[in-house]
Amino acid sequence: MDVISEFFSEYDGLQAFRTTIYLTLLSAVLALLIGTVVAVMRVSPVRVLQVIGTAYVNIVRNTPLTLVIVFCNLGLFLQLGVALANKDSNTFINDNNFRLAVVGLSVYHASFVAEAIRSGVNTVPLGQAEAARAIGLPFLKTLRYVVLPQAFRGAIAPLGNVLIALTKNSTVASVIGVTEASAVMKVMMENRPDVIFVVFGIFAIGFVILTLPVGVLFTSMSKRLAVKR
Amino acid sequence: MSSSSVLFDAPGPRAKRLYAAVGVGSIVVLLLILWFVIDKFNAKDQLTAAKWKPFLTGEIWTQYLIPGLVGTLIAAAISVVFAMLVGVLLGVGRLSTQAWVRWPSSVIVEFFRAVPVLLMMLFTYALYANYEVFPPERLALAAVVTGLTLYNGSVVAELVRSGVYSLPKGQGEAAMAIGLTSGKSMRLILLPQAITAMLPAIVGQLVVILKDTALGYIITYEELLRKAEQIGNFTSNLLPALIVVGAIFVIVNYLLSLAAQRVERMMRRRGRSAGGPLTADPTDQNAAIGAFAGAGASDTVDTN
Repeated sequence: MDVISEFFSEYDGLQAFRTTIYLTLLSAVLALLIGTVVAVMRVSPVRVLQVIGTAYVNIVRNTPLTLVIVFCNLGLFLQLGVALANKDSNTFINDNNFRLAVVGLSVYHASFVAEAIRSGVNTVPLGQAEAARAIGLPFLKTLRYVVLPQAFRGAIAPLGNVLIALTKNSTVASVIGVTEASAVMKVMMENRPDVIFVVFGIFAIGFVILTLPVGVLFTSMSKRLAVKR
Repeated sequence: MSSSSVLFDAPGPRAKRLYAAVGVGSIVVLLLILWFVIDKFNAKDQLTAAKWKPFLTGEIWTQYLIPGLVGTLIAAAISVVFAMLVGVLLGVGRLSTQAWVRWPSSVIVEFFRAVPVLLMMLFTYALYANYEVFPPERLALAAVVTGLTLYNGSVVAELVRSGVYSLPKGQGEAAMAIGLTSGKSMRLILLPQAITAMLPAIVGQLVVILKDTALGYIITYEELLRKAEQIGNFTSNLLPALIVVGAIFVIVNYLLSLAAQRVERMMRRRGRSAGGPLTADPTDQNAAIGAFAGAGASDTVDTN
């Protein structure tokens, strides 16, 4: 079982999974922010905002993530010269690729977050919004104090699914040279073709360890935090 | 959304003015962003005719874009067929009354849903290469299809399971009452209805499969994205090529989503199944999770 010790020592597999986790968490926060804004735009009374929100979701959801990430690197950086890190720094290439990957992952998953929140808004009974309007709250206050807090609690399960998908999709960042788990797995498989089953097993179990607790946690949270009606 | 108008009243004169102002304001912001992007493109000479004209020539289409689209569609089509087969087998396996069938099926389904598709593609690519299972020129296609089949097969298995669960209990009980074995009841009564109920979700899953074929780019499969890169090298217009290919993906996938909605409406009208149609978000990798969370409820737009 020297492969397992190689995984820890030679290839620094833990560092690779740490990168996966950082990618996931940073993108999750950004995606939640963008997604909430898009969801609010889609339910807003202003027609233009609705159209923009819907267009964003329809375009981004139907584009492959690989294309989004490749576009971030080849398009944004190489062709348009958008750099997200300090160019003089020694770690410029790594930092820049990592941040571009975060941008790509966030923009892509924001559309799913927006849909999850919208489905959460659907779980809020009509009477809630009607009551909020009846006491004279304007649209934004209705959203902020009455609808969104309940919508988020109703959207926990689908948001958990987005987070799980995001964890798995962060592997695509390897296409622009971020050394996360799948990139390290590829190198290990190339160097040790005799034990690819073990190598695959190690990395697959790593992802199972990352995603299973998230699923369990979000399911229990969605039950515990469900709005009692 | 039953109707978004629940969240706000019919606007009075003041609200109308406010909405109009916000509307105009957001158009201005949008135009500013657009102007900024165009300016950026212009500064890097990305908007010159030389960069975009190749897409009007037949050569780019016959040499690159159409073969790329064909590659994407072939991989997607083969994966769909295999994923359906694997999915129905695993789904029925999970519902089996025999524990020794049920448990392995459950483990397989949960495992392949938790592991990234890319990991499976990289693994099967290495596997097929080492043991020379496929000729070298078919290697990438085989790995793409295997990865997509394993993942989407387990997604379809969950769809089958939720489809069967969504049927009224009386269906299985009636089958038992007329003396069918559990296998026969599954095959003759439950499965046909479950598959009908699943149809919209399966058409939705097509979008996921089609998008995921782009992962083949990473293992050098000749699909649309790879072709975009080749166009970029050939006529040195990578950015326009990526944009055109993105547009092709969006159009094809959008048409598929529309088809999924149509199938769902059709089934709601015809009602051939005792359960309601299942819907899935026709999008990302875990479409089915949404489907079984919202089995039967039509406008659950669960994601991912």
